[in-house]
Amino acid sequence: MVIRVRDPFATLLGLQRAMEGVMGSDWFGSRISGSGAYPLVNVFSDGEDFVLVAELPGVKKEDLDIQVRGDTVRIQGKKSIADDEQASVHRRERAAGQFDRTLTLPAELDAAKVSAQYRDGVLTLRLPRAENAKPRTVTIN
Amino acid sequence: MATQEVAAREKRELTENGERTEAGKLFSPYTDIHETERAVVVSMEMPGVDKESIDIRLDKGVLTVRGTVDSARYETLRPIYTEFNVGNFVRTFTVSTKIDAARIHATVVDGVLTIELPKAAEAVAKRIAVS
Repeated sequence: MVIRVRDPFATLLGLQRAMEGVMGSDWFGSRISGSGAYPLVNVFSDGEDFVLVAELPGVKKEDLDIQVRGDTVRIQGKKSIADDEQASVHRRERAAGQFDRTLTLPAELDAAKVSAQYRDGVLTLRLPRAENAKPRTVTIN
Repeated sequence: MATQEVAAREKRELTENGERTEAGKLFSPYTDIHETERAVVVSMEMPGVDKESIDIRLDKGVLTVRGTVDSARYETLRPIYTEFNVGNFVRTFTVSTKIDAARIHATVVDGVLTIELPKAAEAVAKRIAVS
């Protein structure tokens, strides 16, 4: 199902339902390493590319390190929270620390063409498949 | 300081009683609240919300914060594997301190909204010297 926009509420609801539908899917199969580790990720397909989205609120762009090799993606970094020593704490729910997660995708990636965008605490990685991992159209004779 | 790993945890979905007019999932942002001598500082994690999509209200001592996510960025994407869902954020707090509403200041950096609620002059604690 490809999500097309008309009404923004319908879109968000449609998106939520579509995402709910694949929640806990075994798409990664047994290959997923560090399942349930920080950061949690969503994977989408956009044509032949994979798009990986992770929420990293409070992480600075310069504290993020992303590596792509073969069919694996590694997301490393640290999240720090500036604490005011003088302040008294009413509520502390946010967590800080380091993270390192490696994901193995079901296809070889073209590391040279990977692009990353980090905006409003959301990391979006566009991961094009390697040329030899792209599907070929078979002509029927 | 010893290095600490960030534990992955699910986003908190709002499951309040009563029906809402708005369909879909709402999330409750993880929040820190600090109090300094002069202000109450609220920091909320709202990934995917830009500064134009945040609505902050303080009415009769109740602080309500809403953050709307832009689902248009998912327009051509087809989900194949998901570990979290996306949705708008909302959270309400009762502020027990008198706030100078005119001087409330908010910033959003890397998906974290920080709201500074300066205390009204009469609410600033006076230090009592013991003679």
